[in-house]
Amino acid sequence: MPFVVSQSLESSYDVIVVGSGAGGGQAAYTLCMEGAKVLMLEAGRNYSVDAETPMFQTPDQAPLGAADTPQKPFGFYDATVDGGWYVPGEPYVNQTQEDAGRFDWWRARMLGGRTNHWGRISLRNGPYDFKPRSRDGLGFDWPIDYADLAPYYDKVELLVGVYGSNEGLENTPDSSPGCLLPPPPPQIYDLLMAQRAKRLGVPAIPAHRAVLTRQLDYRNSPARLHPGNTNAQRLIAADMRARAACLWATPCNRGCSARANYQSTTVHLPPALASGNLSITTDAMVYEVIIGRDGRASGVSFVDRTTGKQRQARARVVVLAASACETARILLNSKSASFPQGLANSSGKVGRYLMDTVGSTVTGQIPLLESLPPLNEDGADGHQLYVPWWLYGPQLQGKLGFARGYHIEYHGGRRMPGHGTATGLEWLTGGSYGAKFKRDVRRYYGSFVGFDGRGEMIPNEQSYCEIDPVTKDRFGIPVLRFHWQWSEHETRQAAHMQRTFGDIIAAMGGHTKSPIQSDGALAISPGGSIIHEVGGTIMGADPRSSVTNKDSRTWDVPNLYVADGGVFASNADKNPTLTIMALAWRLSDHILQRMRHREL
Amino acid sequence: MNRRTSIKWVIAVSAAWPHFGQAQAPEPPIPVGQGYGTDPNLMKVYHPGDCWPLTLSGPQQRTTAALADVILPADAQSPAASTIGVVAFIDEWVSAPYPRTQKDRPIILGGLAWIDAEGGRRFGKEFAALSAGQQASLCDDICDAARTGAAFSEPARFFALFRDLTAAAFYCSPVGRSDLGYIGNVARLTFEPPPADLLKKLNLP
Repeated sequence: MPFVVSQSLESSYDVIVVGSGAGGGQAAYTLCMEGAKVLMLEAGRNYSVDAETPMFQTPDQAPLGAADTPQKPFGFYDATVDGGWYVPGEPYVNQTQEDAGRFDWWRARMLGGRTNHWGRISLRNGPYDFKPRSRDGLGFDWPIDYADLAPYYDKVELLVGVYGSNEGLENTPDSSPGCLLPPPPPQIYDLLMAQRAKRLGVPAIPAHRAVLTRQLDYRNSPARLHPGNTNAQRLIAADMRARAACLWATPCNRGCSARANYQSTTVHLPPALASGNLSITTDAMVYEVIIGRDGRASGVSFVDRTTGKQRQARARVVVLAASACETARILLNSKSASFPQGLANSSGKVGRYLMDTVGSTVTGQIPLLESLPPLNEDGADGHQLYVPWWLYGPQLQGKLGFARGYHIEYHGGRRMPGHGTATGLEWLTGGSYGAKFKRDVRRYYGSFVGFDGRGEMIPNEQSYCEIDPVTKDRFGIPVLRFHWQWSEHETRQAAHMQRTFGDIIAAMGGHTKSPIQSDGALAISPGGSIIHEVGGTIMGADPRSSVTNKDSRTWDVPNLYVADGGVFASNADKNPTLTIMALAWRLSDHILQRMRHREL
Repeated sequence: MNRRTSIKWVIAVSAAWPHFGQAQAPEPPIPVGQGYGTDPNLMKVYHPGDCWPLTLSGPQQRTTAALADVILPADAQSPAASTIGVVAFIDEWVSAPYPRTQKDRPIILGGLAWIDAEGGRRFGKEFAALSAGQQASLCDDICDAARTGAAFSEPARFFALFRDLTAAAFYCSPVGRSDLGYIGNVARLTFEPPPADLLKKLNLP
């Protein structure tokens, strides 16, 4: 029985996986397909993609035209359950409420976690991204390099399905042949953006996203994913056949009941459950790792949210994939006589070096895109192209004033009209109303292109989380307190984003409502708002300065692993999810190997 | 006709919500049990009044309908705003328990009272009873905050917000989508490049 309630847990499992998102889903998948018995504990509720995904619902069918509220911060139809930057009964503390020093913590309390709503942007870290300190003297090198992870990037892309192209650009890796699905065709606004950006020396290439632009290769990929394991090949081939290609409609952040994009609940968990090796307990809020007399993890303690009772589960190996901050919280709350500062914290680095992505936004209005004929530009939810970081050389020579790069995501087109389609137009319409206003809305619809910079933050000593000495959540579990500070590398980067976006918009013949923000401290989005938080259990080559080793295993506890973004030693501009999955597959292989050698 | 010719604008309320409009602000939280919650059913079709009681009075609804139709009147492509549920949408909005909607509420209610009072002061009738020309002469004074003098700055703020809410309701609707020529939100087998003649017209490769 794959879904088990906490009262009917077996006496012991091979592996407990805490969390069911990208890291937990991938770890459970890999372990189960290779025969390990896994118990997955998810803090949130069970979630049915089939029954709960609002695929074609329109904003008029939702309260407030589906506008965002604090209870649904990305709009009513966003897939997130019991989540956002505010979770009822589960507070956190910020040392300061000032924007510059605040970290806002996004969580979801549902099976599959944040993978149900994420943007599906799936970029590989490049060779520079694993050795940033060697390159420019800042931050930390990872104890692995690109070559260590490349085979796992290939596997993850083959498994989940990622569209994109191989362009051979600097620090923007190509995938192995056959890994990527074809990218969707660029639309009018893409081609205009690419044409004009090129004049500025800014390249635009196909985006990489976890969306099936055609059915997965169920004939050939299974053998590449699970060589020598015919049972696993059979299971994943059957599951790949059951996933539909993209319908070219409905936003991905609602989730996809056709299973045409990646979410843990539609890609990792079904085949893992079909293997018969996965048990899942939802509403299980893990708060502590249990340590045996031998110094090894013997299981975890959790609160059953349905009864409020404290429970325990036992296993030979524990994998934490609760999200970077939640994993740090569990470790810091796992205090004992042997571990008075929290578990796996002999370095004092648990919770340290928290990073998010640098974000800044500018929207332009482009007269060339006005009054176009009706076009269906829904596609795979936009993101046909993106701009990878293009100034590695000048940056290394110190010409930019900030050390790390960013990529550009942008959005435009005649997408489904919604709450904001015809609001705030006075700067263009002169305050028109009546018949003129109707004509104006028709004219300007689809003529806006919004640019989002996504840049690297360098880890610093001032950005971290710790246990708040006072506040507890509704389960009585001590909560996190955040400290946050950007360095000039980040704020100058945000100012550079603003200038670049202004230049591209001008090159497209467009204009902006407000002047470009030249003050990077005002241009940068607050910490946590891009929802790419990583670090807190960073991996390194030295147990005195890192929490986990090159295999994502904690230095202090030989059978305790971290499979979420916590282990990131740097936070490249590339969105972290694909790397989380590649690392989780890699650590799962490591666990399996040690189990076969009877080390675990 | 002895009507009130001015109202006191309740601005102090808005100052209480410094993070208005910023989705990332975690404070102030909504008390549990209010609003539609953090786990609403996404599959059902909602109507104004389903999640919280509506609060506009009959006269307020009448003025809302009249002003919405001045902002989005019927034309050859689509009907007038009030015929497709815009009044109920605005009622739902100003009755909702969220920081942003609670900030908007006094602006809308104050503005509706003002525009009726101003109609009375100028023409001896409430707004809905004015002729089209009279309504336009009033709206022309407040439709563009950038051109409005100090005397009309708060009414102009109301008008901009009211126009935004009217437009939000209208263009969220099937009628609005059709008016804009939106042809998506349908399952398709393929996603095509743009038409060649359009690319040529725009000098795109």
